[in-house]
Amino acid sequence: MIEDAAFYIFAGVSLFSAIAVVLSKNIVRAAVGLLGTLGGVACLYFLADANLLGVIQLIVYAGGTLILIVFGIMLTSQSPWVGFLPTKVQAIAASIVAVILTIGIVRLVTLVPWAQRNPDELSQSLTVKSIGDALLTTYLVPFEVASVLLLVVMIGAAYLARTEK
Amino acid sequence: MALIRAIIKHPILSGLLAVTIGGIVVLTLIVAFLDQIKWVLSDQFWFSNILSLAIFGGIMTAVAYCILLERKISAWIQDRYGPNRVGPLGLLQPLADGVKLLLKEDITPGHVDKALFVLAPFMMFVVALIGFAVVPWGGTFRWPWMDADATPLVAQVASIDIAVIYLLAVGSMGVYGVVLGGWASNNKYAFYGAMRAAAQMISYEIPLGLVVLTAVITVGYLLPVDHAMDCLRLEGAVAAQAPHAASWTMWVVFYHPVAALLMFIAALAEANRAPFDLAEAEQELIGGFHTEYSAMKWAMFFLGEYAHMITSSAFMVCLFWGGYHLPYCTWLSTDESALAMLCRIGVIGAKIAIFIGAYMVVRWSLPRFRFDQLMRLAWKSLVPMGLVILAAQVLIVYYGWPQWISIVVNLGVLVLAAIASLTNAMPISGRQQSLLIKEKAAREKEYELQHAGV
Repeated sequence: MIEDAAFYIFAGVSLFSAIAVVLSKNIVRAAVGLLGTLGGVACLYFLADANLLGVIQLIVYAGGTLILIVFGIMLTSQSPWVGFLPTKVQAIAASIVAVILTIGIVRLVTLVPWAQRNPDELSQSLTVKSIGDALLTTYLVPFEVASVLLLVVMIGAAYLARTEK
Repeated sequence: MALIRAIIKHPILSGLLAVTIGGIVVLTLIVAFLDQIKWVLSDQFWFSNILSLAIFGGIMTAVAYCILLERKISAWIQDRYGPNRVGPLGLLQPLADGVKLLLKEDITPGHVDKALFVLAPFMMFVVALIGFAVVPWGGTFRWPWMDADATPLVAQVASIDIAVIYLLAVGSMGVYGVVLGGWASNNKYAFYGAMRAAAQMISYEIPLGLVVLTAVITVGYLLPVDHAMDCLRLEGAVAAQAPHAASWTMWVVFYHPVAALLMFIAALAEANRAPFDLAEAEQELIGGFHTEYSAMKWAMFFLGEYAHMITSSAFMVCLFWGGYHLPYCTWLSTDESALAMLCRIGVIGAKIAIFIGAYMVVRWSLPRFRFDQLMRLAWKSLVPMGLVILAAQVLIVYYGWPQWISIVVNLGVLVLAAIASLTNAMPISGRQQSLLIKEKAAREKEYELQHAGV
């Protein structure tokens, strides 16, 4: 009962913030809406006993939104209240992509036979341990490739941002 | 009738009467619903909920008294009396402050982004409070009316398997309130404060993460092998520092004194406290991010800041300073009675209070860092020191070396840092360096002029 109520509250927060992201014309407000969406999804993960996923969601996405806000402020707007409006072509292209994505996700959710698990069994399984084991054994190569990619991006960014001498 | 009217009008007697009637009503209710109350308190789910409410109340009171303590300590350091007028020893001052802040006019200036301006203080406040969910306050216990073989309750709101990462994630969210508040104020000083806070938070996350990782690895090494996965739980970290087995009588701070110091510094910076309060900086930024705030919204920022201090102190106490354990007190660590639980809450509370006091003494003793000093401290001192300690701890665990080697490494890192800082004297700042060069050039010119005159 309480879990159902919490689910609807968090899902409502996510949806409401997502709508705010789409409708707001100010980049910082849009970023705050994004933060609300990501936080709501993180709460849904916590509710589903996927603690690690929830915390990673908070660190990577909600923490990353801070950088988004800082750069959004510093790089885009000359005056604090400058809004941004998409052109018609952009709006149509974005709508087509969104519709295709929505259809795909809904199809995926309805097609996959989701396994029902016993909640007690779930809370006792060591998700951190199994994820860590999997990342450092079976999926070591993709994991390392992703980290090398990040390193390349960081070196590139540092090279671009350095002061000319 | 006249007697009743006289009692109601009398200030003390009417108060006594109200308290007596209220007490009788509450006692009757408790006696009438005793079984239900016992059942609710014995159920882990409802107990956790009641505990979270109790912690909320306790933290709010503690925060109010932290502000009084702050003023008293600043007065003590500056050789003044401090607030001593409201109530005995000024103990009712927080109440008066609260009433004052509630009654003050809450101004929303016309040029601000209203939605975010209102949202920012609440964000700071909420984010500072949700960290308390994972702090282990009192360990496992049974109420006196429970069976001796019943499953013991845990005096902790949520026991999640990755509490350490959760606290790091939630702690780093605290800066959102500052950044959004500063941006929404639409004021240059507030905006500067917000940007400083963002840069500071991003820099000090890294040493904090390194040190927390070191502590987690140490705890995993100290715990018995079949419980090693508990090292990410805060109660696991606390259990590793319990005094009952001969090999783990010590707290992590004894193995990693320098790491504990680094964590204290990083936690000061994360909480935006002096000497790292560049986001406020009254002298330069007129209060920085909260320049445009007033009344209760202003107070929310500071309630959030003090709540953040308590969370980070609890985090440090659990990772490095033994949580609710004391050396040689095996009764305190192992007993499962409600009395022992209360004593454990007292011990962890006392340790947190000591840290809060340390925060305040530091704030009123040290001048504020300049921004370049802040960045240099994070990137050139804390990060290398944290990396060396972390690498040493990883080697110790990998090769199964005795844990005391980390003490040698810690002290070695400290000595190396001292040598490095003494041999590489940095220029004080770019601006001061250029001033020195200008001064020298002016002196030479004057000298030449004087000699040309001769």
